[in-house]
Amino acid sequence: MSALTFTPAGIYCPAGDFYIDPWRPVARALITHGHADHARSGMGAYMATDIAAPVMRHRLGDIDIDTVRYGEVRQIGGARVSFHPAGHVPGSAQIRVEVAGEVWVASGDYKRMDDGLSTPFEPVRCHHFITESTFGLPVFRWQPQDEIAQQINGWWRDCAQAGKTAFLGCYALGKAQRLMSMLDPQIGPILTHTAIENTNQVMRGQGITLPDTVRAGPDLVPKDHPGAIVLAPPSALGSAWARKFGTQETGFASGWMALRGIRRRRAGDRGFVISDHADWSDLLATITETEAENIYVTHGYTEIFTRYLNENGWNARVLETEFGGEEIEEDAA
Amino acid sequence: MKQFADLFNAIDQSTRTTVKVSALTDYFQSAPKEDRIWTIAIFSGRRPKRAVTTTRLREWGAEVAGIPLWLFEEAYPIVGDLAETIALVLPPAATHTDLGLSHWINALRGISQAEEEDRKAFVLDAWASLDPTQRFLFNKLLTGGFRIGVSQKLMTRALARATGREEPEMAHRLMGDWDPASTTWEQLILEDDPAAAASRPYPFYLAYALEGEPENLGAPTDWQAEWKWDGIRGQVILRGGEHFVWSRGEELMTDRFPELARIRDFLPDGTVLDGELLAWGDGVPQNFNALQKRIGRKTVPKALLRDAPVILYAYDLLEWGGVDYRQVPLAERRATLEKLCETLPTDAPVKLSPTVAFDHWDALAEIRATARDAQAEGLMLKRRDSPYLTGRKKGDWWKWKLDPLTIDAVMIYAQSGHGRRANLFTDFTFAVWNGNDLVPFTKAYSGLTDEEFRKITAWVKKNTQQRFGPVRQVTPEHVFEIAFEGIQASPRHKSGVALRFPRMSRWRHDKPIQEANSLDDLNQMLEIYG
Repeated sequence: MSALTFTPAGIYCPAGDFYIDPWRPVARALITHGHADHARSGMGAYMATDIAAPVMRHRLGDIDIDTVRYGEVRQIGGARVSFHPAGHVPGSAQIRVEVAGEVWVASGDYKRMDDGLSTPFEPVRCHHFITESTFGLPVFRWQPQDEIAQQINGWWRDCAQAGKTAFLGCYALGKAQRLMSMLDPQIGPILTHTAIENTNQVMRGQGITLPDTVRAGPDLVPKDHPGAIVLAPPSALGSAWARKFGTQETGFASGWMALRGIRRRRAGDRGFVISDHADWSDLLATITETEAENIYVTHGYTEIFTRYLNENGWNARVLETEFGGEEIEEDAA
Repeated sequence: MKQFADLFNAIDQSTRTTVKVSALTDYFQSAPKEDRIWTIAIFSGRRPKRAVTTTRLREWGAEVAGIPLWLFEEAYPIVGDLAETIALVLPPAATHTDLGLSHWINALRGISQAEEEDRKAFVLDAWASLDPTQRFLFNKLLTGGFRIGVSQKLMTRALARATGREEPEMAHRLMGDWDPASTTWEQLILEDDPAAAASRPYPFYLAYALEGEPENLGAPTDWQAEWKWDGIRGQVILRGGEHFVWSRGEELMTDRFPELARIRDFLPDGTVLDGELLAWGDGVPQNFNALQKRIGRKTVPKALLRDAPVILYAYDLLEWGGVDYRQVPLAERRATLEKLCETLPTDAPVKLSPTVAFDHWDALAEIRATARDAQAEGLMLKRRDSPYLTGRKKGDWWKWKLDPLTIDAVMIYAQSGHGRRANLFTDFTFAVWNGNDLVPFTKAYSGLTDEEFRKITAWVKKNTQQRFGPVRQVTPEHVFEIAFEGIQASPRHKSGVALRFPRMSRWRHDKPIQEANSLDDLNQMLEIYG
């Protein structure tokens, strides 16, 4: 029997009797990272990295969670299990499972670019590799983080000089903190929507260094913070709360901003192309580096990416999951 | 091309009119004059001739990107734009150049006759030296068709600001079939040129749809009512011994409608008429179907000329005795128009579109309900004392169309949208019942809010039964009200009918699929309205 199998509840390890990122309630769940489509509520027991756990507790409440460090090996039943950096968000992991010499890696979501906050991705050799394909098309090619930082800071500076508030839409966990650390604090104050600031607090509490921010709660008086940039979940842009800040421009930071059509539909004034997922060439480089022969393609452009892999010598197949990838319409949670 | 790319980015990044106009104004003051002309040309749909087929472009793009052609073809519909897809898959530029917009356009014109090998070398060199935005714009020049959210209105406003002239004058100067290759900035924008002026149409005045009840417009005596015809809005110009026929889309269509040439026998030089081009038969206007056979044909076979002769159904007089008549109140323009149409023989290719008499708004509403019998799609309401304005302006002209026909249908296939709507499911196929079977009868793409498109997209992803390339067959579960303007028999369609302007008017959450309409219902509509 395979070390990992695919069931209606999620990716399952019979030898260890546990699931990886299951989408139905199960007794034991190993979690790659804290995003809602991977870390769901209702599991009997959780296991995640020590860096991912605080945000999971914050999001899922009082859960039974066992933490591991990157690289630490655990024996669970007949399976040897270890967590390795995925570079997606702080604490995110690829989960390596070895049963009777057969090695599988479930990579969750990952990126190869060093974002300065997450532990950088490390390729793990395996026989079977489960990969995402959120941006698994050759039209996606990320620019270096410094270049995007210059674009965002340039836009913020222009807004500040024109007396406008810059609103930057981004996801509360991961993307927001990465963007904050790219901002130039000399331009002005960084304000954060409550959903983002709550996550900031959790991260600061576990020793992750983030720039100074001001919580933009109900009592905040916008005119006390001239030249500010406000980081907020996409759903909060244009809301009554956002309108309090007077004249403003809105930007949106996502890998989807690479496509002009989506940028024009979704971005307000500006779209910045920055993603916590691997682009086309990094997906291929990663799959090559794992030396795996069998590739299972989960969320994203699964059919197209799988066909390309099969034409290029891999044994690839599509795996239907309930993972969401980088959804462009994520709610404030 | 950097200056043009910056202009493009400024316009493309913003949804604000003020930002776009000010970027354009700056550009029209500072860019090289030959670039300004090409910019006006491109933004008003006058594109250079396509120098390379899109098939070659796809092949070369895939080749340079080092990906198989099938992968390129899969990516293209997701991106939704060929020029952009190529710009995205190519490796980053190796060198950088900054040659002007007109340089690139002239170079493209220069290679259009060259051997394919030379054209390929030229295109690949350009790709290797342009940054991503410039590369996208270069590809747009290659493929033609710029749609970038600059309306004619914004461009004329910016030109007026840049030159210190009036907007209507600028709008008038941009009309007509001037050639950007042989027209200078001075000629087009600044100088008086009688020869160019001869064929130049006036900007059309466009009506808004009436909001609410006509009672709100005031006294019926202040208003003139006409049928709203379902043809092609057209302007016929007689000047300098010639005649010119323009469509509302600023297309010169003189040669497409040779039967209109006889106008010169009946009307004097210095006359410009606004009206509807319609197929005419048995003494009445024919439906749009009869006219459709003529659209897109550059030459017209005799049989068509005989079976579906086209006339101008005239409803306004814009120039008379060589004088711009647009500031004259409608009532006077109409009186003069009626007088000059009285002199026309019955077989002249110009006829007077009648007004519809009414005393009360209620009575007019009853008349409107009979529009389909008159082959009209509703009524036009025009204020009697109004001048003929430029472009779409609220207040003096209203269209009061019939309510559309509707039918409740079941969604059975979904396909993702293009461009602005990539990664949403927006293109749907709908079916009606035929016994226990669902028979597809129409597609529809519009009518839902962004929020509704997001909801249905999430639903489609979870309820796909089968895939056929980009098309997904979904569980029959949702009923939509489909609104449309007309219905025709069509042997090409499985259902035997074709709809005019179908769109989703309502998501019928309240209706189970069993309550959707049937093919019999559609056939009944065909009998009544077809």
